[in-house]
Amino acid sequence: MSILVDKNSRVLVQGITGREGTFHTGGMLEYGTQVVAGVTPGRAGKAVHGVPVYNTVAEAVAETKPNVSIIYVPGPFAPDAIMEATDSGIPLIICISENIPVNDMVKAYAHVKAAGARLIGPNCPGLITPGEAKIGIMPGYIHKRGRVGLVSRSGTLTYEVVWALTESGLGQTTAVGIGGDPIIGTSFIDVLELFEADPETEGIVMLGEIGGTDEEQAAAYIKEHVTKPVIGFIAGVTAPPGKRMGHAGAIISGGTGTAAEKIAALNAAGVEVAERPAQVADLMKARLSAQLRAYLCSARMPFSQHDAA
Amino acid sequence: MNIHEYQAAELLETYGIPINAGKVATTADEAALATQQLGGGSGKVAIKAQVHTGGRGKAGGIKLVGTPDEAREAAQSILGMDISGHIVHKVFVVPAVDIAREYYLGIILDRAARGITIMASSEGGVDIEEVARETPEKIIRVTADPLLGLQDFQARMVAFGLGIEPQLMRGFLSIVRSLYDAFVGSDASLAEINPLILTGDDRWLALDSKVTLDDNALYRHPAFDELRDANEEDQTETRARANGISFVKLDGDIGCVVNGAGLAMATMDAVKQQGGDPANFLDVGGGASADQVAMALELVLADPAVTAILFNIFGGITRCDLVAKGILEARTRVEVNVPMVIRLVGTNQEEGRQILSEAGITTVDTMTEAARGVVEASRAG
Repeated sequence: MSILVDKNSRVLVQGITGREGTFHTGGMLEYGTQVVAGVTPGRAGKAVHGVPVYNTVAEAVAETKPNVSIIYVPGPFAPDAIMEATDSGIPLIICISENIPVNDMVKAYAHVKAAGARLIGPNCPGLITPGEAKIGIMPGYIHKRGRVGLVSRSGTLTYEVVWALTESGLGQTTAVGIGGDPIIGTSFIDVLELFEADPETEGIVMLGEIGGTDEEQAAAYIKEHVTKPVIGFIAGVTAPPGKRMGHAGAIISGGTGTAAEKIAALNAAGVEVAERPAQVADLMKARLSAQLRAYLCSARMPFSQHDAA
Repeated sequence: MNIHEYQAAELLETYGIPINAGKVATTADEAALATQQLGGGSGKVAIKAQVHTGGRGKAGGIKLVGTPDEAREAAQSILGMDISGHIVHKVFVVPAVDIAREYYLGIILDRAARGITIMASSEGGVDIEEVARETPEKIIRVTADPLLGLQDFQARMVAFGLGIEPQLMRGFLSIVRSLYDAFVGSDASLAEINPLILTGDDRWLALDSKVTLDDNALYRHPAFDELRDANEEDQTETRARANGISFVKLDGDIGCVVNGAGLAMATMDAVKQQGGDPANFLDVGGGASADQVAMALELVLADPAVTAILFNIFGGITRCDLVAKGILEARTRVEVNVPMVIRLVGTNQEEGRQILSEAGITTVDTMTEAARGVVEASRAG
């Protein structure tokens, strides 16, 4: 098991003939992802890396039955692409594009929500279930199928932690980049819920950063609903207030959104927060082996009681 | 993009919001003249520093005066003042107003609700964030449906929530509607009036306004280019942006060049943990080319405070060999007279390290090593 995507995912690429779209379609195919169609208005009949291109999402859906769409179009056009995918009945839409006007994003999100579809991103690296499907821009080779679910607001910081998990032997079930924008389709909580329900995922890693209160809400959710061990990391302890740190959503405004608040909220919910990214893997390993020891001890209990008697 | 109070007021006025009209002055004499021209009403005027930061009142950046001479003196002391690192180049001269009541009215991009929320409070004129923290029950929040827009009943909920009397309702509702239209129409991420006041003779007036424009939507508002104030922008930050690099100047002495915003923040944090202070945040961007890396190094070296530089690159789309070439190319363009510590991992890392080692530059494996190394190098130098 895994979450959201697997070897049965049939992927549509919106913006497939663009530089980014073409490049990453190649990367996804190389990884073994089933990319079944692409869309670029006005380019129907062409093919990119052998993948047929259509004018509209509706045509691509009718011909090739994709169940995931990934969007690489430039920011100003991305909300339109999201709504087109939604209206064609695609249940999972992953938006890589950045620099989207936020008022347009608010509308696109409302549209997706009303249709009951799921949007991941925008301004995200996508998601990957190692060995089955890579739907995004991450380097595939650093991942390894394993036991830990990962959810993150960042890109390269995620790769850093993925690599540490791979090297430690823990590996990943699915790694999800939810994006660095202020308005995103899928929150930490949404992904935590999926990982909690996924039998293969034994532990969860959550990588946050300054800005907003998504991590605080996730902490409250973890306290109530998550039984699996969660290890966190928050980037931006040294970030000054009022300055946007690269990501549109990474800004401390009006005293809220600081790393200190987020770390405190996570600690209060029983989440260990690593001091540096690679340490996440060490902490997870320790937690999972402690859990295993506890399980083995409890399993032995009847015998030891018997012995005592 | 941040704009000044007087620009925000002008913007809101175009949407029909009654504002306290004033004059902008860049010299003490202009402020005195403006005071003379505005000298009706109570006869007093307020001289207000125009800077992209809050806390102007506390810093002494707002003064109430009665005569042109007093205005000249006040403007003289305010112009050139440093308010939280922002130097005052302009003052806004506005007539003093007889205030009966003060309210806060703001439209915000609500991240948690993923929508546009109207916030209002009868605690106007004070720091709204403080009200939100200490007495959240005093704030009324109504979220508009993004697809349908703000409805009349929602504006009424705000008005009744504030306890506004029926005879004052019409004017208030019109301001709420106009502020919402201004927010959407100008692609703002924040539009607030604080305070929105009721005068002694029952007129509504926006006494102080703040508007933040969404950078990502500026392409469809070319006229807003004129609102940009070069004095308020760090030159290196502007130059970085023009080259697709995210750069934020900080107070420390360790320059950082990183790919990815999250990793860039984590790198700054790692430097701090090792006892150093980062000089900047820098995200060279996805798929960074040799040229991009060279530009990043130039930007970091432009800061004379920098005593050592840390490169932290996790190659995904970015290829380590290209980054290595960029570092070498940068050395031919700018004189690198501070030690560099380079961590290069990921796609084509062997090729990248090879290129650097042939040029006599060594690399390190982990972020912690890199952070420790750069802090030591900065102290040695």
